[in-house]
Amino acid sequence: MTLDKRMTPTEMVGEISNGMTIGIGGWGPRRKPMVLVREILRSDLRDLTVVTYGGPDAGMLCAAGKVKKLVFAFVSLDAIPLEPWFRYAREKVGVEVLELDEGLLQWGLQAAAFGLPFLPTKVGLGTDVHKLGGFETVQSPYEDGEVLLAMPALRLDVALLHVNRADWRGNVQAFGPDTFYDQWYARAADRAFVSSELLVERIEDDFVDDAQANIFERCFVTGVMEARYGAHPTYMAPDYGWDMDHLKAYGAAAKEEGGWEKWMADMIGDDEAGYLARNGGEEAISKLPLPVF
Amino acid sequence: MSDCTLAELLIACCARSFDDVGEVAATGIGPIPRLAAGLAKLTTNPALMMTDGEAALVEEPVPLGPRGDYEIRPSGHLPFGRYFDAAVWTGRRHAMVTPTQVDRFGQFNISFLGGTHDRPKVQMLGARGFPGNSIYHSNSLFLPAHSSRVFVEGEVDMVCSVGYNPERRIAGANFGNVSLKRIVTNLCVLDCGGVDNAMRVVALHPGVSFDKVQDNTGFPLEQAEQVTETPLATEEERAIIARLDPHDLRSKIIKDNPSARRAA
Repeated sequence: MTLDKRMTPTEMVGEISNGMTIGIGGWGPRRKPMVLVREILRSDLRDLTVVTYGGPDAGMLCAAGKVKKLVFAFVSLDAIPLEPWFRYAREKVGVEVLELDEGLLQWGLQAAAFGLPFLPTKVGLGTDVHKLGGFETVQSPYEDGEVLLAMPALRLDVALLHVNRADWRGNVQAFGPDTFYDQWYARAADRAFVSSELLVERIEDDFVDDAQANIFERCFVTGVMEARYGAHPTYMAPDYGWDMDHLKAYGAAAKEEGGWEKWMADMIGDDEAGYLARNGGEEAISKLPLPVF
Repeated sequence: MSDCTLAELLIACCARSFDDVGEVAATGIGPIPRLAAGLAKLTTNPALMMTDGEAALVEEPVPLGPRGDYEIRPSGHLPFGRYFDAAVWTGRRHAMVTPTQVDRFGQFNISFLGGTHDRPKVQMLGARGFPGNSIYHSNSLFLPAHSSRVFVEGEVDMVCSVGYNPERRIAGANFGNVSLKRIVTNLCVLDCGGVDNAMRVVALHPGVSFDKVQDNTGFPLEQAEQVTETPLATEEERAIIARLDPHDLRSKIIKDNPSARRAA
């Protein structure tokens, strides 16, 4: 018997139910599992709680009415600092939020990973994040008696992540200068579904020198799939940069009547092959320059 | 050499915020704070640690904008994925940032403006890392457009960062690291050294009066015993700034890129 975790995107998203809490890896417009986000956009899913260092994943899922509650510390497209569809959802539609500090978000994921109800921290004390989040405090039982904020575990039903390489058994390798907090999403989730730029049968056959790039362990991975350019339009180091022209057009649609429905029909479409073709295919996406910070 | 511009004066002035912070990660968000951190590293505080804006630690500050043939030479690695472990939650950082609102308590907002948290009038970024930054390490501000819309009356619309508001202190919690060091604006330099940490003017840029600063501030300001005039950037500093900003992005920050010597 062999271990084979290959799944189609439809099968992965089929494992998500209405009302679930999903965590999405990456950071802003960087390393986002957009192929899986698009699959959710094409589905009938609704009432999701979405935990994310928000980029276009947050904006698109809000625009499509998939989000009941957004757990976030920021939503941004970097070069477009304020995410237009997130703004639209917050200002015009109304979407429930749990607003966190960036460090609190990963702290809540760590609490979930370790099976703890909460982790103590100084972060949030003295700010509106404390009050608005409804967070409680705890007192150190030791001599110092310090009062700390109790950051509740952010337990995820599902984590969605995008990596550079994976194999059928769920071993992953992630490259580029920064892989953000993807490991905590994987470990905080009941099930993690991973899309990968490259999927091979046995990663050790060809990439034995890259074992240090294994940022989380395969015991946390439920499903893997290959999705070349699956992070488009976000930045997937070291392979391709973000597609800022695409993100600008997406953002501009937030100003148009029926803008989302049109974006969904004309750009997201029914399938990934068509989506990639509409964005110039391999020829164009592989040449997207890496961003300069 | 041409006249020192206001932008150059501001970069040199902002650099002073990094002089005495020790061996910490220096974060400057936006062109002027970032150039200021680089200038401080190359002049007054060589111990500063800086990144290339992404994840590589560099000993030579990376010039702004398109890099041409310039190659980054990493001396270390500090990805966002390690930032809380290594820099923020250890207090090994000084950040200079530009929030949208600041209040008399030194609290900042970058989350939303107007309306309510449930339905903001203007949704901005979100609280980002401000709650953690402000309780763990010292911070400074750069505010390029000093006005009473920025320096607001009352509290900011959402308190994203810990300041000195006694009503927001929680009994038994440790606010001992809260330190808003300096606030540099297009008009002046402020600190929180007044009575009960009240904001006070410590230096005025050339040609700016205290009254002008007060008129553009939504709450009463104090004045330091000795209010000085902000010095121009020296020729040496200007040469370093020019090297760190080869595309002259600094000239686009302040409207019409005025000289540092303004008519009073």
